[in-house]
Amino acid sequence: MSEELEVERGDIRDNGRRPPRAVVGSHRIEEEMFGRVFDRNIVMRIWEFVRPYKRLLFISIIAVLVFTGTQLAIPLIISYAIDNGLTADAAGQTALRTAMIAFVIATGLNYGSTWVQESVVGKAAENVLFDIRTAMFSHLQDVSLSFMDKTEVGRLMSRLQGDVNAMQEFLETSVLSVGDIVLLFGIIISMLWLNVPLGLLTLCVLPVLFLVRIVWLPRARTAFMAAHEANSVTNGALAEAIHGVRTVQSMDRQSINFDLYNDKALATLHAHRTASKFAQVMVPIVDSLTGIAMAVVVVVGGTMVLGQQLEVGVMVAFLFYIQRFFDPIRSLTMQYSVMQRAMASGQRLIDVLDVRVDIKDAPNAVDLPHDMDGAVEFRDVTFGYNPANPVLKNVSFKVNPGETVALVGPTGSGKSSAMSLLKRFYDVQDGQVLVSGHDVRDVSQNSLGREIAMVLQEPYLFSGTVIENIRFNKTDATKQDVIAAAKAVGAHDFIVTLPEGYETVMGERGGALSLGQRQLISFARALIADARILVLDEATASIDSYTEMLIQKALVTLLTGRTGLVIAHRLATIRNADKIIVLQAGEVLEQGNHDQLMAHNGLYAQLNNVNYSSFDDLPEGGIDAGETQKS
Amino acid sequence: MATATEIMRPTDTVGWKSGFNTILRVTRLALKSPWMVTISLVSTVIAAGLQLLIPILLGRAVDQTQALVSGAANAEAATAALWTTAWLVLAVWVARGTFTVFQNYFSESVGHNIGYTLRLSYYEKIQRLSFGFHDRVHSGDLITLGMLDLEGVRMFFSTGLVRIVLLSMLIGIGGYLLLSTDLTLGLLALSFVPFVAWRSSVTQLKLRGTWLELQNRLSVLSRVMEENLGGIRVVRAFAAKSHEMEKYDDASENALELAHERVDIRVRNTSMMTFSFLISMGLVLWVGSGKVVSGEITVGTLASFLTFMTILQMPVRQLGMLVNSFARTSTCGERIFALLDLDLAITDKPDAPDLQITDGVLRFEAVGFTYPAAVQPTLQGLSFAARRGETIALIGPPGSGKSTIAHLIPRFYDVTEGAITLDGQDIRDVTLRSVRNAVAVVQQDAFLFTTSLENNIAYGDPWAPPSQIADASASAQLDQFIATLPAGYETVVGERGASLSGGQRQRMTIARALMLRPSVLIFDDSTAAVDAGTERRIRTTIQAKASERVTIIVAHRLNSLMHADRIMFIEQGRIVEQGSHAELLALGGRYKALHDLQIRSEEPAT
Repeated sequence: MSEELEVERGDIRDNGRRPPRAVVGSHRIEEEMFGRVFDRNIVMRIWEFVRPYKRLLFISIIAVLVFTGTQLAIPLIISYAIDNGLTADAAGQTALRTAMIAFVIATGLNYGSTWVQESVVGKAAENVLFDIRTAMFSHLQDVSLSFMDKTEVGRLMSRLQGDVNAMQEFLETSVLSVGDIVLLFGIIISMLWLNVPLGLLTLCVLPVLFLVRIVWLPRARTAFMAAHEANSVTNGALAEAIHGVRTVQSMDRQSINFDLYNDKALATLHAHRTASKFAQVMVPIVDSLTGIAMAVVVVVGGTMVLGQQLEVGVMVAFLFYIQRFFDPIRSLTMQYSVMQRAMASGQRLIDVLDVRVDIKDAPNAVDLPHDMDGAVEFRDVTFGYNPANPVLKNVSFKVNPGETVALVGPTGSGKSSAMSLLKRFYDVQDGQVLVSGHDVRDVSQNSLGREIAMVLQEPYLFSGTVIENIRFNKTDATKQDVIAAAKAVGAHDFIVTLPEGYETVMGERGGALSLGQRQLISFARALIADARILVLDEATASIDSYTEMLIQKALVTLLTGRTGLVIAHRLATIRNADKIIVLQAGEVLEQGNHDQLMAHNGLYAQLNNVNYSSFDDLPEGGIDAGETQKS
Repeated sequence: MATATEIMRPTDTVGWKSGFNTILRVTRLALKSPWMVTISLVSTVIAAGLQLLIPILLGRAVDQTQALVSGAANAEAATAALWTTAWLVLAVWVARGTFTVFQNYFSESVGHNIGYTLRLSYYEKIQRLSFGFHDRVHSGDLITLGMLDLEGVRMFFSTGLVRIVLLSMLIGIGGYLLLSTDLTLGLLALSFVPFVAWRSSVTQLKLRGTWLELQNRLSVLSRVMEENLGGIRVVRAFAAKSHEMEKYDDASENALELAHERVDIRVRNTSMMTFSFLISMGLVLWVGSGKVVSGEITVGTLASFLTFMTILQMPVRQLGMLVNSFARTSTCGERIFALLDLDLAITDKPDAPDLQITDGVLRFEAVGFTYPAAVQPTLQGLSFAARRGETIALIGPPGSGKSTIAHLIPRFYDVTEGAITLDGQDIRDVTLRSVRNAVAVVQQDAFLFTTSLENNIAYGDPWAPPSQIADASASAQLDQFIATLPAGYETVVGERGASLSGGQRQRMTIARALMLRPSVLIFDDSTAAVDAGTERRIRTTIQAKASERVTIIVAHRLNSLMHADRIMFIEQGRIVEQGSHAELLALGGRYKALHDLQIRSEEPAT
């Protein structure tokens, strides 16, 4: 096919039959691209962001008007010069000089107003764009986690980027379209002012163009959308191939995928060609209309000149205006689409900005003191993500300062939810969560975050160096502090083997580090935070056994002098806790230390007696006899 | 952070020579559609010629009317002449429009063809490049390259080549016509051309430099946002909002600053260009009027000079875009071609035969391996053999090389020392396809494609009958779960589909591998998210068929591997302990230490 395609292919199995169960990429359902042309509500909301730049906007509109004025004036000046300045007598010379002075003034104004208009509008639009984005991003830091849980990051990112950019485009062009409208009317008025009959005749082509564009626009837009969509589907397939390349190669799917991708690329090619046809079809129409208008000026204008009804200069001015008056119409019809797109985007931006912030600091919230004792108490707590369906029912327990408590229970028993309540990620429906005697709703969220450190099941690293990741928001921690923390949790040894040690820049999501190593780094991060209370939310579940050995040691360091709440699966992790709380279906089933619970002979003892190493192993229907046999 | 002078640097990193080669290569690609190229170029020339006729015709019309006024000519003949001119004007405009359509449509089509060809080559290349390459290159960069840079190259024919023809036609012929009509006036009329051309080229290059830098800064910004939103739980857990907002503000202000700079550069340029254009127009008017008065030229000539200038204004401004197009194509093209020219690293030897599986024996012979960028070897002198029916388990600390062993068998990487053989054949001496067909790996990161469950399970064998898919999902303990879904096997998963839990995803990848009926089946730490009970059931079903293959299990949960025929404890790329579970416990070494940690509560002390 081409020299770029030198890689061998054509090794499709089954006699080249299309594989029945193979696709690449997906046909994604795109969001509404176009909204209503004008939505007062949206415009008002966006206006809030434009308001700080009201003065600039005003200046730029004036500049646009001045600019348009000069554009209108120049043909008039030329026409004046031709009609009055082409005689050798004194009057003619004066007229020419006047015309030249007017021309210089117009030129100067044109220069100044272009500068002001583009620079002011451009910068203001950029500012508004960044302001909207900042407002959204900042708002997302406060909205409830339940919103974040159910919203994909990719979706939010397209709000923060694509939709914001659509708004910017709209703002920039809307000021310019003011100029277009003024220019269009200016040309019409000038023409009529110069000569009414000729003006009317020439302007006949305008409604024709409008009609043509109105018929053309929806069809063309369908073609453009189809091309856009085909293109993004193909790009999606490419992205999938890149992300899943390891699977593709290990399953030897390259040839099949290539053929499937080819179908998509070919479809895109055809869609692009169709769109291109639609885009181009307007060119001869506009050109023909221009030709007609000019021919009219030549014949009618010429005849009128003959009848002394028109001066030659006016005819020249007409020819100039005709060359210009299709531009504003073109950009105005384009503006229409930009506006529709902006309305659709604006709606989505507002949707994000309007997500309610459920959890706010109480007006008289106090900071949790750093020297608080670290006691934790759940008092008759009832909570559900959906209040009708509580995941915690009347849960009460107490953790004394410095104690380590293990929360255990099968998946879905509400352990993680309880921990989230402690950090006030969500508010309880009933009862109270108390930290060091304060209801968590009465203290500032900031201090809760500071005084309760947490390690999550999935270690999450940010791009940046190892040291930045350990420090995280504790930016005043010295390098010594960081190293000490890393040593304490057993991360130091592998960190120093990295190419740049603590200064090694992480790859994508922690890149080359193993899951266990990433988790050790998040342990170090929690240690640096130096909080009174430490919550480990299944922090060891995804760690290999070797690293877990390290972590077991790290935990001892980590929990010394702190209150610890640990969610764990492995009995080995749980056994040494001061207290074990067994949750099932949102209720506290039993609590006590290992020996007490063994003596109690409840769920915990049962699990301990069979050969399970983890609470996850608990079959849903309880423990059946067969499983108790040692395998 | 880049300094201002660095941003101003005209071209990015491309030297003239390599830039030229890239342009040449793109041009060669364009010539793959010779007819379209010919039609578009011929149409461009004709359209430009027609456009140049317009000022002449208009000037003629003005003169004809002027003649009427002065009464020199017969009124009827003059009116007829006017009509002729009018018809000519109309005809020229219609013809110009038609040829412009050909010019634009065919030049865009050439571009789309180039895009299509490059797209396929790029896709194919990406699919075939080795793991070593993908480990080093950020997937986001590859996507950008395949979308934005490819777009940059695609646009070249219509925005670069065709435009340069149009431009040289207009400036060349137009300039000639003006200068030959009246030298002084022609020079004045063209005086803005070199200035505008120079300004806009310099500016476009500057803009391009800032654009590239702006893209960098914006991608930093979007990374900050994306990581924040992805790790929102961590951010909340540490009450790090202010820290994160600081990061965001830094990135945001950085980008905004440059965005403003771009506006300044652009504005300075456009206002200067219009200014110089108007100045020379004023000069033409001033001097031209004098010449009309003195009778050197007619009013029509003056009018046609002024019209010529308006026609030239657009393409001269576009000269800057032209320069930009060349710069963009050479940078984008160079990046793309560099990737397309890369060695695949792992390929078939010439005339490599297919792998022949007979006894099903996998053998590592003194294997050593060092990752491309690494200094320290990951594996050294590793030797072992595994027969059909055997289950081998690998365990060891992170970074010990267990996963590397799993990745070497399907030849994701080539060993740097020693050899891996399957039934006596070095896997580097047989076709890659046959090796990958014989060896299936269940990967650690369960990647699912955005398609139905069924398509995902049958990923390696899309022709498989439904019964085989059902078998594989039953073996992976997925059948019950799938039965609960309303759409069953048709349920779409992946990015936008139904979300599966980590364990379910891993079971999907297990089912996917089981479909292949491989001679070597490798589990690369692929049951970590599967709960132990389910894992046990999976193990039971897999063991039923284990006699047909070599099974290799890399795991960190002892429960997952203690039933293996042989357990190898790997440390620093070497086997330090091996034997059965019982043997290793008796040995009392590292394995026992791990075992004690994990299992002691369940095993009664002996």
